Amino acid sequence: MRALVAALALLWLAMPAFAVNPDEMLKDPALEARARTISEGLRCLVCQNESIDDSNADLAHEIRVLVRERLTAGDTDQQVVQYLVDRYGEYVLLKPVFAWHTLVLWVAAPTILVIGGIVLFIGSRRRRSMPVVGDAPLTPDEQKALDELQS
Amino acid sequence: MAIELGHFALILAVAIAAVSAVAGLVLWRTNERITLVLRQGAVLQFILIAAAFAALVQAFVTDDFSLKLAYENSHSLQPLLFKVTSVWGNHEGSMVLWCMILVLMGALVAMFGRNLPRELMTLVLTIQSLLVAAFGGFTIFTSNPFLRLSPAPLEGQELNPILQDIGLAIHPPLLYTGYVGFSVCFSFAVAALISGRIDAAWARWVRPWTLLSWCFLTLGIAMGSYWAYYELGWGGWWFWDPVENASFMPWLAGTALLHSALVMEKRNALKIWTIFLSIITFSLSLLGTFMVRSGVLTSVHSFATDPTRGLVILALLAAFIGGAFALFAFRAAALRVGGLFAPISREGALILNNLFLATGTAAVLVGTLYPLLLEALTGKTISVGAPFFSLTFGVVMVPLLIVLPFGPFLAWKRGDLVAVTQRLAWAAGAAIFVTILIFALMGGQVSLAPFGLLLGFWVAFGAIAELVDRAGIGRMSLSTSWHRLVGLPRSAFSTAIAHFGLGMSVIGIVTASAWSLELVTTMQPDTTTSIGGYTIRFDGVDKKQVENYAAEIGNFTVSTSGAADRHLTPERRVYEASGTPTTEAAIETYGFSQLYVQLGEVGADGSRVVRAWYKPYVTLIWFGAIVMALAGFLSLTDRRLRVGVARRAAVPKPAPAE
Repeated sequence: MRALVAALALLWLAMPAFAVNPDEMLKDPALEARARTISEGLRCLVCQNESIDDSNADLAHEIRVLVRERLTAGDTDQQVVQYLVDRYGEYVLLKPVFAWHTLVLWVAAPTILVIGGIVLFIGSRRRRSMPVVGDAPLTPDEQKALDELQS
Repeated sequence: MAIELGHFALILAVAIAAVSAVAGLVLWRTNERITLVLRQGAVLQFILIAAAFAALVQAFVTDDFSLKLAYENSHSLQPLLFKVTSVWGNHEGSMVLWCMILVLMGALVAMFGRNLPRELMTLVLTIQSLLVAAFGGFTIFTSNPFLRLSPAPLEGQELNPILQDIGLAIHPPLLYTGYVGFSVCFSFAVAALISGRIDAAWARWVRPWTLLSWCFLTLGIAMGSYWAYYELGWGGWWFWDPVENASFMPWLAGTALLHSALVMEKRNALKIWTIFLSIITFSLSLLGTFMVRSGVLTSVHSFATDPTRGLVILALLAAFIGGAFALFAFRAAALRVGGLFAPISREGALILNNLFLATGTAAVLVGTLYPLLLEALTGKTISVGAPFFSLTFGVVMVPLLIVLPFGPFLAWKRGDLVAVTQRLAWAAGAAIFVTILIFALMGGQVSLAPFGLLLGFWVAFGAIAELVDRAGIGRMSLSTSWHRLVGLPRSAFSTAIAHFGLGMSVIGIVTASAWSLELVTTMQPDTTTSIGGYTIRFDGVDKKQVENYAAEIGNFTVSTSGAADRHLTPERRVYEASGTPTTEAAIETYGFSQLYVQLGEVGADGSRVVRAWYKPYVTLIWFGAIVMALAGFLSLTDRRLRVGVARRAAVPKPAPAE
């Protein structure tokens, strides 16, 4: 799988970077706007973290056309995305779903923030009641050096 | 012959480093003379690796394709500049560059750190030598750049055309200097852990190195971002690509370190945390340099992927990072807690800064590594892209930006929040006023953009307010406040300027994301189209043969009210040696805004696909970063910081007249 991705990534390198083509665009501006919004959240499967909107790869082109076909057929935005997930897997979503297997991904940063905040809060309360703890005193030589620096 | 000499010099440097490391570890406490040996060794390592690097450059410049590396990455038709940059446009050569900067840092410590206590100096050079021995050894044994080919090929295979750009001359050296500079902080931290002695003076010695590395990393990332912006061809400037994240994480951690070292220097507090950050910052730098090389990630940056290399890299990373953290766990408890302070104080604000920056780093780290872990453990593949990072990272940055202007206003130990709020009131008022004005002018839609804009102006005006307040402008006579302003230490200016730069970047990010316009169309020659008040006329396409590629050049004339007509020439190129096509967008700058035009494919009826973007105030993103880096350099010239870098006669220079 990784070798395949690598090979495809090389292919991507070999192509000039181009995004949405004029001939793909829908006549109805409202529908086209929806297509663009959906596209921004879809990964071009053979590129690095690029959305299909920003990629010129053939596969990105196919998915862009597919999105527009589904929209023209009357699908809602969710239905279009679901259709693509069914077809290509979760890998196609740039924003991962919130589920058991992505739980750690989503909660890690907020957890760190909350725990860090609590630790700081408790620390600041405790510090007030703590006596001053001194450091190992400087040796006379070091004190002299420090005085020189600060003068 | 020169190549063999270079090869030999590299081996000798690594041998010296290995001997220095072992001797330093054994003798640092007992033998006074070892310090001199290590200092001389550090300078010698630099001279030798610089010679090795020069040998490589010479082989590339003279098209010596008997050198395998030159054959694989250069071509006789490449312009001279790109022959030189080809040296590090590949894995092996970039390792030599990396090692050269590493030994340069060691040599700088050895030459200019005469004020350091003997034991600290010895241990720092020992750890630096250990790093040189490990990564230099890695270069020689798994990525040797000096291998020869026999018979020598007549012509080389050319550097990847995407990399044939001035960006390759600037971006990697800046970035590497930033990454590797943090090795000195790492060595200082490990030295402190080994010797068990750490105090405010330690922080004072570490700060200039942190600052220096941080400045280079800031410039390196900004340059990389601008390079991606103009080269990838659709006006995106940040992709949350794993490789970009890898450079962003040490920057975030380094920014936190810069602020926590300040607390430690001034108040002797946050010692354990500062040590921890020093280790984590360089660990993330190592991760940044090598994760992309280990084959775990595939990208433009992963020049060559080879499983042995990957394993050796992971082993080295585990040894250094794991070793440092084991030492940390073992010794950190011996470090005492220092100065006391109330929660509302300068220290408190800086701790809050560290909390948000650390959480931001964690968010990026998790987002970058989680998909790899998940795939390794369960085989499930998921993507983590911009929408995820905007949410998790962006959410943490908002409170950081809100509290940022308060920090410099608060007094050490115990601050008065009400008084500070009063002094900041006009900055807040001005930020709200400007935001509403812009919002009204842009024909406001309900979105988050005005809020982001407000944050940017708040940070920028808050920075100005600090200088105004410290100079007493408005409270005293103009001449008094002028004297006070001129008399402010440079570090006060650099704090304000750096924060102002951050505000600029935030404003640029918001305007360029929220109000950028896009046009995708087909054009016949001699027709016009328009975007955001700019009229674009397509004058046709020329063909041209340049040194090592053939180009189609689109001719566009852009006219707008208030500026003379400009001629834009986006290109499509095909490189000769590899047959690789690339596109070069044309970017025209109007004030701080840019018009971005790209030439597309030719249609059946002779028309051309043309893509154009109008990016309002987009350049503020990079200008802001440059301002931040310049502020850092300014701070480095502050006399109080110089002590760790150099001992100079204390001639007080007149402060810059701003």
